[in-house]
Amino acid sequence: MTAPAEKPILEMRGIGKSFPGVKALDNVNFHLFKGEVLALMGENGAGKSTLMKILSGIYTPDAGAIVMDGKEVAFADTNAARDAGIAIIHQELNLCENLSVAANMFLGRESIGGFGYLDDAAAEDKTREILHSLGLDIDPATIMARLSPAQKQMVEIAKAVSQNARIIVMDEPTSSLTSAEEEVLYDLIGKLKSQGVSIIYISHKMQEIFRACNRVTVLRDGQYIGDSKVCDVTEDKLIEMMVGRSFDNIYPPAPGVPADAPVVFEAKDVTADGVVEPSSFTVRRGEILGFAGLVGSGRTELAKVIFGAIPMTGGEMRLDGRALDIHSCRSAIAAGIAFVPEDRKLEGLSLDHSIADNITASNYKRVSSRGIIRKTSVRELVVDGIERLRIKTPGGHTSARSLSGGNQQKVILARWLSRQPKIIILDEPTRGIDVGAKAEIYAIMRQLAADGVAVIMISSDLPEVLGMSDRVAVMRERKLVAILDRSEASQESIMTHAAGGSKSA
Amino acid sequence: MPESMISSSRSRKRSGSGIPMLYVLIIGIALLLFVVCDLARYENYTGGWVFFQSGNVLNILNQVSTNAIIAFGMTLAIVITGIDLSVGSVVGLSGVILCTMMIDYGIGLLPSLLVVLALGLGIGLLNGYIIAFFRIPAFVATLASMIIIRGAALLLVNGVPIFNDDPAFLYLGNGILFGFLPMPVAIMILVAIPFVYMTKKTIWGRRVYALGGNEEAATLAGVNVFRVKLMVFGLCSLGAAISGIVHASRLGSGQPIAGEGYELDAITACVIGGTNMNGGYGTIAGTLMGAVLIGLINNGMNLLDISPYWQLILKGCIILVAVIIDCNYSSRRR
Repeated sequence: MTAPAEKPILEMRGIGKSFPGVKALDNVNFHLFKGEVLALMGENGAGKSTLMKILSGIYTPDAGAIVMDGKEVAFADTNAARDAGIAIIHQELNLCENLSVAANMFLGRESIGGFGYLDDAAAEDKTREILHSLGLDIDPATIMARLSPAQKQMVEIAKAVSQNARIIVMDEPTSSLTSAEEEVLYDLIGKLKSQGVSIIYISHKMQEIFRACNRVTVLRDGQYIGDSKVCDVTEDKLIEMMVGRSFDNIYPPAPGVPADAPVVFEAKDVTADGVVEPSSFTVRRGEILGFAGLVGSGRTELAKVIFGAIPMTGGEMRLDGRALDIHSCRSAIAAGIAFVPEDRKLEGLSLDHSIADNITASNYKRVSSRGIIRKTSVRELVVDGIERLRIKTPGGHTSARSLSGGNQQKVILARWLSRQPKIIILDEPTRGIDVGAKAEIYAIMRQLAADGVAVIMISSDLPEVLGMSDRVAVMRERKLVAILDRSEASQESIMTHAAGGSKSA
Repeated sequence: MPESMISSSRSRKRSGSGIPMLYVLIIGIALLLFVVCDLARYENYTGGWVFFQSGNVLNILNQVSTNAIIAFGMTLAIVITGIDLSVGSVVGLSGVILCTMMIDYGIGLLPSLLVVLALGLGIGLLNGYIIAFFRIPAFVATLASMIIIRGAALLLVNGVPIFNDDPAFLYLGNGILFGFLPMPVAIMILVAIPFVYMTKKTIWGRRVYALGGNEEAATLAGVNVFRVKLMVFGLCSLGAAISGIVHASRLGSGQPIAGEGYELDAITACVIGGTNMNGGYGTIAGTLMGAVLIGLINNGMNLLDISPYWQLILKGCIILVAVIIDCNYSSRRR
C-alpha cells in the first residue's frame, strides 16, 4: 500500500448547490490524496451524487471551489473534467452494447484519418495493450452485449485508465458483480492505486468499504459530517455518522422457528430444463429462508419457476400440503405466492405511474366491483399501504420515479402485502438501498414472518443472508446444494458450498 | 480462477455484421418458388424464362431504386432510434419544385436540381433540429412535417401536376447508361456507396451507431449528439429529394401527391433488411437487400398473375415473418 502524499491532489472547498426547493449541498469539504481509495458514504439523498456531478462537470456549484494540484479549476462540462483527469464509472454503465470493446474504448476520441476514416485495427491494438496492462483478458473485437456485467465494468475502468484518468469515481461498482468478480475488481483497484490513481468509491456495502478503502468521508443531508481512516472506525460508528442516530443492529432479532412449525411450502425436485436442476427445500410457517450463491447459480431462476414465470419441467410443489399446479404467474398469484423481483425498476414498478397505480396494479379485484374501479377503495388500500410500510411520500399520486430506492421497494411490498400472500419471495430486496431504509425493510420482513408468512429471500450480500435467515439454502450451478441451519451458517461455510468444495480457498 | 472469470470465451463478432441467414433463406425460397412457377409458364406458353432474363433483373432493380434511395437514409434514422415519416412528402415537393422552376420560371436543370437538393437537406436539418432541440419524438415531429410538406406541395401548384418534357430531365429517370444500366439504378448505386462508406468506415458512422446503442453513453463520451442527429435527418431527407427527382423524371411531371406512402415502403425495406426498430443495429447493405427482396416479390407475383389485392396481403405476411425471425432467431442478441 502506497502511503498517501502529504498534499491532496483534489480538494473541494465549501461546496454548495441548491435546486429549486432543495438545498442539495451545503458547505461541503472534501479532499483526496494521490493513490488512495476514498469511500464516499451517505444515505440516498445525502448529496453524494450531486457532489460527484459537480466534480465531473455536469453541475456547476453555487458556492465553493474545486482545487486540483493546488490550482483552482472550474469544469464547464464533462469533457473539461475528463481532460483534467477525472473519470466517473456510473452504476448504470455507460457503454454502447451494440459496439465492440475497442469502439467503446475510443468512442468520442477516435483517431482521425483522411475523410474521417476509422482505423479499427489500430484501436483494437491499443485497446488490447491497455487491457493487457491491467491484466484483463478480453478480446477488443468482442461486441459489448456478449460480455458479462463484470467484464463490462472492467472495460469501463480500462476506458478511464486509457484517458489518463488520475481520479476515478466508482459508483456502487459491485452492484452487479459476483463475489468472485468483486475480487477481480479489488485486484484492479490495487493495481490502479499502485500506479498513483486515486479512487473515490461510493458504496452502501460496509464489507466493501473495509475491504477496499483507505479512508472514508461521510455526508448526511447535504452536509459534510466527517472523515476518518477506515482502520479507525467501526461499522456501527459509520452507520451512526450516516444516519445520525445509532443502530445497535440493523438486523432485527430472530425469534427462531419452533421445531413443530408447519411446513407452508415444499419444493420437491423442482426442475426447469437447462435452467434449474432438481432442487428440493421446505419453508416453514414464520421462517425466513435465505438463498445464497454466486450470481448465475440459478437462484432467481428457481424463484421464477416457483412463481410460474419459467415453466417447470419436473418435480412438484406443495402449499399447505396441497399440490400446486402453477403454469403461469397468474396461477402463482392466485395460489398466494408473491414475488418481488431483483430489478425493481425493470420488472417491478411502472416508474412513470403513481404510487397508487403501482400499489393497486395486481389488486384490481379488490378495488373494483363489477369491473369498475372504486376510487374510495383505491384510496383506502393506498393509504393503508403508505402508512403500514411508512413510505415517505407527499401522497399516493406521486410518481414512483420520484421515490428513493428504499421507498420504491416498499411500494412493491405494499402491492403484494395487500393481497395477503402465504409465501413471499424477495430477490435482492435491499440492493442499492441505503442503511436506514434497509433496516426498515428488514423489520418488515421479520414482521411478515411473525405474521405467519413464509419468506424466501435471495441475496448476494452475505452479511444480510446471515443476519436475516433462519436457514440458508445455497445454490451452485443451477442446483440447490446445501441447506444450513442458522447455527452452522457462516461466510466460510456458505462460500464453500457456493463455490464448490474448499479447494478454492 | 478470477482470471478466467473475465476472459471472453464467447464467440467474437464485429459490429454491424449481424446478418443474414434470414435473407439467404427468404431469397432462396422466393427463387425456388419462381423457378417452379416459371417452369409451369414455360411449359404452358413456351414464353421463355421470364424471371431470369437479365432485362428482368435490371427491371427489378430499376423498380426498387427510388425506394432504396429513401431507405438508406431511413436506416440511419431508425438506427438512432428515430424515424422519418416526412420522406414521402419530400418526394412530392421535390418533383413539384423542380418542375415549377424549369417550366414556370425557365430555370435550367442544373440550378433547379441544386435548389431541390439543398431544400431536401434543409428540410431534414430542420426536422433534426426540432427533434434534438425540443426533445420531441421523431415520430411526431416528422408526422407533422409530413403533413406540412404535403400541404406545401399541393399549395404550390394548386393541386395540379406540372408536366415537364425537358429531355435532360427525362433522362434522369428513364435514360439507359452504357446501353444496359437504367439511370435510376446508377443513381441508387452512386448514393449507396457513400452511405456504406460512412456507416462502415468513418468516425461519424461509428457515432451514429453509438448514439443508437446508448445515447447517454455517447453524450458522456463527448459525442456531439445534437450534430449527429441533425446530420442523420438531413441525409435522410436529402435521399428523399434525390428519390423525388428520379420519380418525377419517370412520371415526366411534378405531381404534388407523388410519394404518398413511400415512407412506409422505406421503413419496410429497413425492417426486412434487419434494421432494429429499437435502434443500434442496421446496415445499408441489409436495407438494399430488403428493398430488392420487396421488388423481387412484387415482380414475381406480377409475373405469376397474382391479384394486386392478394399481393398486399402476402407482402404484409412476409414483413411479419421477416421480423419474427429477426427478433427471435437472430444470432446477435441475447
